[in-house]
Amino acid sequence: MIKLKNINRIFQVGDQQVHALKNITLDINSGEYLSIMGPSGSGKSTLLNIIGMLDQPDSGSYHLQGKEVTHLTDNTQSMIRSSQIGFIFQFFHLLPRLTAAENIALPMMLAGVPYAERKQRTNKILQLLEITERADHKPEQLSGGQRQRVAIGRATIMQPKVLLADEPTGNLDRHAGHEVIKILEQLNQKGITLIIVTHDPELGERAKRKIKFIDGSITTDTGTDLA
Amino acid sequence: MIMNTHDSLQFSYTAIIRHPLRAVLVLLAIAIGVASIIIMTGLGEGARRFILNEFSSLGTNLLIIIPGKSETGGAMSIISGATTRDLTLQDTISLQRHHQIKRVAPIVFGAAEASWQQRSREVTIIGSTSELLALRHWSLSQGVFLPEGEMTRASAVSIIGTKIASELFPQTNPVGQKIRIGDRKFRVIGVLASKGRSIDIDTQNLIIIPVASAQHLFNTPGLFRILIETRSRESQKQVKTFIINTIKARHQNEEDITIISQDALLGTFDQILTALTLTITGIAAISLSVAGILIMNIMLITVSQRTAEIGLLKALGASRHQIQILFITDALLLATTGAILGILLGQGSNLIIHHFLPTLNNSAPLWSIVTAFLVAVFTGLLFGVIPARRAADLNPIQSLAHH
Ligand SMILES: Nc1ncnc2c1ncn2[C@@H]1O[C@H](COP(=O)(O)OP(=O)(O)OP(=O)(O)O)[C@@H](O)[C@H]1O
Ligand SMILES: [Mg+2]
Repeated sequence: MIKLKNINRIFQVGDQQVHALKNITLDINSGEYLSIMGPSGSGKSTLLNIIGMLDQPDSGSYHLQGKEVTHLTDNTQSMIRSSQIGFIFQFFHLLPRLTAAENIALPMMLAGVPYAERKQRTNKILQLLEITERADHKPEQLSGGQRQRVAIGRATIMQPKVLLADEPTGNLDRHAGHEVIKILEQLNQKGITLIIVTHDPELGERAKRKIKFIDGSITTDTGTDLA
Repeated sequence: MIMNTHDSLQFSYTAIIRHPLRAVLVLLAIAIGVASIIIMTGLGEGARRFILNEFSSLGTNLLIIIPGKSETGGAMSIISGATTRDLTLQDTISLQRHHQIKRVAPIVFGAAEASWQQRSREVTIIGSTSELLALRHWSLSQGVFLPEGEMTRASAVSIIGTKIASELFPQTNPVGQKIRIGDRKFRVIGVLASKGRSIDIDTQNLIIIPVASAQHLFNTPGLFRILIETRSRESQKQVKTFIINTIKARHQNEEDITIISQDALLGTFDQILTALTLTITGIAAISLSVAGILIMNIMLITVSQRTAEIGLLKALGASRHQIQILFITDALLLATTGAILGILLGQGSNLIIHHFLPTLNNSAPLWSIVTAFLVAVFTGLLFGVIPARRAADLNPIQSLAHH
């Protein structure tokens, strides 16, 4: 489903070039559970951003569901991002002025989904994530674990094919982190492709496929068990 | 992907009210700009209506004949030294023939002392004929006006203004009394209805006597001017030619009169006052652009404060275009709300001004309200575009890293 071939990403910092991704070639199948680990600055987030089309590679090709996506217009890329990809961030990135329910519904609002349908789908997700009582709370009134659950709700409300999580537990205590991982794994069991970037070895070990990054290159890939 | 309008507005609204002080500042700037346009045009229009109304009250379809040829329509040829023949009563009579001329009133004008018993005062004297009353749209509160008949007859009758009536005859009915003007006595036969100050003359402090009597009184064969009322506006040109030809024939083939038409006078004033109104309105409209710059600055601050949000929205599938629309919606919402407040403020101020200056009909014309509104909204749009572009151009990854 995700086919990366010879992806390079070079950042220009002053008169220095930072080669963040070096000839990355990677195939990810639908429904995989994949962890990406590696030292700080090794290019993990950069890869995730390119998969999520928030960033463009300097060279190489990226096929998403059989379609080359690197040269699409901004509108088309946004459309794909909206319908196929869900992001989960270390710092949650909830809008403080919106309630939990409104944050979850935000992608549907951007996509122009009618209000009644939004309401119904949001309620379902709130229930699934067991935060229905928190629906009308603002993010500042929620615990870290609850915030990340709201963020997961938001990332999955459009029923994407791929979930990209960049250190989703990095800002949570062990218990809350564990809860969040369980939710993500449940989603993966239902068929969503789950890609987690993490520094936590224990967490990284849970994934079926483990990739190690060093200095912009993949050093280890346990390989896929899904064909 | 298109967000529905209600959602966009609500989204903008929640973003705006997070910084109430900022919102109030922008609203105030726009509202004051819009209100000043409405107040300025109200005052300008009020002045225009007032003056035009005054000019109209001179009469209807008037032509005014002045002795002497003016070079450019204003200054008399006295300066250029050309000889000027008097306009006479015979000239006036010769003009009565034309079928398009409805009324003719010769005017002799002067000042004299009027007295009755021990009371006296300085008054304005007009010598004219019976037609003057209808021609000037005046009316009487008592008695009768000058008798019809030969305009060369110098009968000793007078019509007095209300102020003269009340000051010279505090306890007496003036009609029937004999009043002394200069060295002659005139019987009061009527009192003018109080109409206050007309644009050219104070009718309350006026005495009207037959034109021939006034000529004797001031010892002048000439007329101050001749007023002509034509049957229609369309016939004025034709009548003008007739007047010029007739007077020329009577004045040894010399064209030594000037004819001013009320229409031309009105038109000139209308033009001047409209230009004036437009100018001050334009200045007020320009001041609105100051509000626009304020919008832009505040929107730029907003964009930098909402950087992380913009990155997030992009990650959630918002296109550049959508981000632009969201931020332009912010600006438009502020501008429109400000404009509506401004219209209320402006209209309210106009009512208050009218309350203190009741003679001034300073209601703002619809075009100025519509213009003010559109200028405000357009300003919001124009100055909202740059911050919105900047928002849309933000790199989503760097924006998300922004805290
Ligand atoms: N926008 C950018 N401009 C310049 N350099 C960048 C930019 N983004 C990333 N880099 C550089 O690219 C390299 C890879 O960065 P990346 O964020 O992908 O690392 P990472 O593996 O996610 O690290 P961490 O574990 O600390 O999050 C780093 O050297 C980083 O400094
Ligand atoms: Mg990272």
